[in-house]
Amino acid sequence: MPARLIETGQALQRVPVDSITLDILENALKNARFEMDAVLFRTAMSPGIREQHDEFPLIANRDGKMIVGQFGSFIHGFVDAYDGTIEDGDVFLTTDPYSCRGAISHANDWLVLLPVFKDGRLIAWGAMFGHMTDIGGKVPGSLPTDARQIYEEGIVVPPVKIYRRGELQDELLKVILHNCRLPHWNRSDFNAIVAACRTAGRRCVELSRRFGDDVFYSAMEDLLDRNRRAMHALIQQSIPERKQTFEDYICDDGMGMGPYRIACTMWREGEKVIFDFAGTDPQSVGSINFYLNEEMFKMFCGVFMIMVFDPQIMFNDGFYDLMEVRIPAGSLLKPRHPAALSCRTHALGRIFDVISGLLGQGNPDFLCAAGFSDSPHLMYSGYDRNGEWFQLFQIGFGGIPGKPFGDGADGHSLWPNFTNVPNEFLEAYFPLRIETYETIADSGGAGRHRGGNALRVAYRFLEPGEISIHDDRWLTYPWGVNGGAPGRRSRKVLQRVDGSHEILPSKCDRIRVQEHDLLLFETWGGGGWGDPLAREPELVARDVRRGLLTREGADAYGVVLADDGHVDAAATTALRAARTASRPPAGVFARGGSLDELKARCLLETGLPPPLPPSAPRMPRPPRTS
Amino acid sequence: MSYRLGVDVGGTFTDVLLVHETSGAMHTAKVPSTPSDSSIGVLRGIERVCAHAGIDPTDISHVMHGTTVATNTVLTGSGARVGLVTTQGYRQVLQIARSFVPGGLGGWVIYQKSEPMAPLELTIEADERVGARGDVVRPLDEAALRVALANLREQGVEALTVCLINAFANGAHEQRVREIAREVMPGVPVSISSDVIPEMQEYERTVTTVANSYVRPKVETYVRNLEAEIGRRMGNARLRILRSDGGLASSDAAANYPVKLLMSGPAGGVSGAIWVGLNAGFPNLLTFDMGGTSTDVALVQDGRAKLRRETTVGDVTVRASSIDVRTVGAGGGSIAHVPALTRALRVGPQSAGAEPGPAAYRKGGTLPTVTDANVVLGYLPQVARLGGDLEIDVGLAEAAVQLIADALGVSLPTAAEGIYNIVNENMYGALRLVSVEQGFDPRDFALMAFGGAGPLHANALGRLLGAWPVIIPLGPGVLCAYGDATTSVREESSRTYVRRFTEADADGFRAALAELAAAGAQALDAEGVPRAEQRTGFEVDVRYHGQGLLLAVPATPADADDGFRALAARFDALHEQLFTFTLDTEHEFVNLRAVVEAQPPRISARRIDSGTADASAALAGEQRVRIDGAPHTARIYERAKLRAGNRVAGPAIVTQMDTTTLILPGHAGEVDAHGNILIRPEV
Repeated sequence: MPARLIETGQALQRVPVDSITLDILENALKNARFEMDAVLFRTAMSPGIREQHDEFPLIANRDGKMIVGQFGSFIHGFVDAYDGTIEDGDVFLTTDPYSCRGAISHANDWLVLLPVFKDGRLIAWGAMFGHMTDIGGKVPGSLPTDARQIYEEGIVVPPVKIYRRGELQDELLKVILHNCRLPHWNRSDFNAIVAACRTAGRRCVELSRRFGDDVFYSAMEDLLDRNRRAMHALIQQSIPERKQTFEDYICDDGMGMGPYRIACTMWREGEKVIFDFAGTDPQSVGSINFYLNEEMFKMFCGVFMIMVFDPQIMFNDGFYDLMEVRIPAGSLLKPRHPAALSCRTHALGRIFDVISGLLGQGNPDFLCAAGFSDSPHLMYSGYDRNGEWFQLFQIGFGGIPGKPFGDGADGHSLWPNFTNVPNEFLEAYFPLRIETYETIADSGGAGRHRGGNALRVAYRFLEPGEISIHDDRWLTYPWGVNGGAPGRRSRKVLQRVDGSHEILPSKCDRIRVQEHDLLLFETWGGGGWGDPLAREPELVARDVRRGLLTREGADAYGVVLADDGHVDAAATTALRAARTASRPPAGVFARGGSLDELKARCLLETGLPPPLPPSAPRMPRPPRTS
Repeated sequence: MSYRLGVDVGGTFTDVLLVHETSGAMHTAKVPSTPSDSSIGVLRGIERVCAHAGIDPTDISHVMHGTTVATNTVLTGSGARVGLVTTQGYRQVLQIARSFVPGGLGGWVIYQKSEPMAPLELTIEADERVGARGDVVRPLDEAALRVALANLREQGVEALTVCLINAFANGAHEQRVREIAREVMPGVPVSISSDVIPEMQEYERTVTTVANSYVRPKVETYVRNLEAEIGRRMGNARLRILRSDGGLASSDAAANYPVKLLMSGPAGGVSGAIWVGLNAGFPNLLTFDMGGTSTDVALVQDGRAKLRRETTVGDVTVRASSIDVRTVGAGGGSIAHVPALTRALRVGPQSAGAEPGPAAYRKGGTLPTVTDANVVLGYLPQVARLGGDLEIDVGLAEAAVQLIADALGVSLPTAAEGIYNIVNENMYGALRLVSVEQGFDPRDFALMAFGGAGPLHANALGRLLGAWPVIIPLGPGVLCAYGDATTSVREESSRTYVRRFTEADADGFRAALAELAAAGAQALDAEGVPRAEQRTGFEVDVRYHGQGLLLAVPATPADADDGFRALAARFDALHEQLFTFTLDTEHEFVNLRAVVEAQPPRISARRIDSGTADASAALAGEQRVRIDGAPHTARIYERAKLRAGNRVAGPAIVTQMDTTTLILPGHAGEVDAHGNILIRPEV
């Protein structure tokens, strides 16, 4: 049963709003959303939220449609699933993806929803979710690679009122925090998220007071309409009616099986675009499943289209009825309860490569290569020599893809606002030393616009403990496009203090480390865009001078460098001419070989055995509908 | 006879203000700026003002100067060729830049990263390592370093930066690198991070120190030349430079730490506003400086500007204290446009600048700007003649704004008002950033407007903010020079002091503060400020243990007496004010700071002749204007003829050489004893 809204006072009226007032309100709401970020960053405690900014705020209209934000609205899913009332002063919390149709996609993300009331009427929603460093469960960090059910992944909170008409339900909060390894972080991060949502609420009430409730309400509707009009034009321009299919992979599930296919077919019927994920592999028995919310996928696509085709458009939820998303139940992207979900980060990231390939293949001029479509994690925990528990959660960064507008940045983030935690901060608060922090030469795919380089971080552990790693793209390549080469794959090497070396799997838990062991955590590079032989030779020489490319790496560009590092123009022209004449025509995508070829070379090239084909697990039956 | 002299170099004019130290008598001069070498304009201005006042230049004891040399060097990318020395493994610290991609979800698609100020090909690694607690993990390999530095020298490095990991905890290796660099590349200025900014966070420390190197040769040359010329003409006059934080620095300090001057220009304006505000009896101010391309806003509480611990210029953000000035791309030259797909009205951040400028200025501009909208609305009458010689062409302004009217499908006046309202809204957003979003209620503040375009928009902004009165100072154009002339020498010394309140021992805390105070006092001694005229205050940066934020809380050595309980309570109150909650988590010190400053000069403000409430003697005509969707007839007044006590009821336009003031219907401006117009709503 959907939630019941308790309101007093008469219904809001749709009134005409002049376009200038509309622009003023749009700007003011945008500012309010940035203010939410500012409040959160300053008051949260876990480095994950505070420094890396693993959080997503939004402001929605009274119907729950996002007006400003990033991931699109997740309020519908919640309202549909919540069995209770929505009243002035209530604040909701949920961490259960299955109770909100994937609005959040693993239980580490705590979602807070705050209905904004003014004079007894619901006028807006402020909402935000943020990633908690730990929510209990079988491993520190609560992202167990080998979990088979969500019950192994820590505490899961169904939609509850954490504030009931303004009163904090502190016993409930106590129960939740009691299940976490670092409750003081959870508590302050939770406080910070609520404070950010309250900021949004205050701003909405102020604006409503200033312009009038009906104008505020109507302006939000108009903003949705305005976005829909713009997106309608964009869809007509850029999405063909013929079907296009693209597929990409998650390399493995951490339990020895893979790769898992994510397939999507896109076409336009009249004014509507359809995205159909038929052909996507069934859900995994492990925890790499990604419960993909259809609306969120629409927003991902919409934002991507806006960025590529017309960054002037302000995005909101207005265009949702122009898209239809079909995801097969029981697939990797719509797993059935109680499938484990914690390690969904790889599929979430890979969705962006799928969108890029899908939208771009019909418009190669706008096509971007495969990027750093993940946020790999490192966990390191244990008791230090004073008996104090330490627990590190680090996100890794890598190569931004080559794109029509230029090179990809080296060692950067594809996620909005994410930054690294300063290494000096880590060294001051955790028993480790970071001995190398650099990008890996030649790891970005060659291209007229090259892919960004991967990042190499060398962690020297100063206390014995355990580490967990979550990464991907160790088997399949970050593909290049339009003649560009793929980027280099990821790799993790543990150099033991006894002198031995160990290649670690891309996904692993509870690896014991000793004092002074060294971990080389190498992410992957972005794919290249366009013909490398067409890259300005001077840029190649510059990258070599900067150490971002080796002299050997320059060969991929057909550039010959003299001993002093300058371009040998004559030799370069000759070499490029000879290469151009002898090479086969390039396809749109360069994937570095077929899956069978990659698996055949796997052990030799990566030092790890190839994964076995995934076997579809026995499914729970679909829930009964009454 | 002793005079102080304030000099502000703007984009178009250099303003000079001469103040007699005891009588407060003042003289001003305005000369064209000389962008190729701004010291020429400065010296001309000094000659002009001395001639005007009939004094000998040697009567001047202090020259106070706000400079934009450092800022412009960054904005135009014309800084030095900077070499960088990092710890082994960290050569790409600026290349990686904390992995940050601006622009939200999908922002990477259009992101083009700018080149770092120290090119990667001029960055070398030193084989050495210091641990997080300042312990030496691996000694410095000096032989290898000499080879690498010699190589940098061959590549023509003009300034060198050293930033090693954990140098905030132990700067010994950095100091040794500097010694070696001085041997290997004599004459090349070396900036080391433990000296410039001894704070945690390697990227921010590196950027800050590199920025220091980047602007240093230019600033150093400028300051030294100016100092020499001043010495030649004025004997013993001391040159002091205004820092971003509003304090004055000696010429030596300015030359060595120019990264602290990046906001020197805007700091002058805010300092001037403070001085005018205090004289008029308004210690709490929002300042609002609207020029041709951008608007700077700041908050002043109890006569002090709010500071922040970082400075941003262009896309460079460094860790250096500055007055918390927020800038928005909204000025008289901001261009209005209507994107085809959304048909929304946008104003700025693109600007028509001085060339081609607004359409109304007849310099070839055709795009609609904020100034053109003001002309269409009647706010800039023909008699206003900006700067005294610019003629306004109403027809051209109308033609430009008509483009917007057509795109939106509205009438010409509606389009013009739209532009006026949107640009006001953009500035309102900036003013909210420094007030509401920092927990301050704008209704507790007066709004001081300056800059060429500020007074036209000030009344409307006062209405949006509820900040009264709106103050239009007598000389909105020379406010920066007032600021330069009336501020005092200040020295801030700080150190990182990370420990929880329960771990901090009382004696250690008191000793640390005493040490910082002594360092500041010595710096002021060197400036010739007697101890009796020095005032010392302390501030500590505190957070809940584990939090990322720092809140600066005033402190005293006596805070150690009760185990920091009262200090913790002050922090909690501030946290509650800003973020609506407190935590029962332990408090933690992060930085300690001593601020030692000289007493501000006692200079009294000039008074103007007084009159009655009747302002009709200054009446110069009438003008049709459009305000809030309705036509009105506004009276035009000449500022120079207004007398103290005059009352100007809106709708009215007050003209003067360097600005035009708009008073809205339902509001009235009162002229105070110093010539400021104080605008308030009529009751």
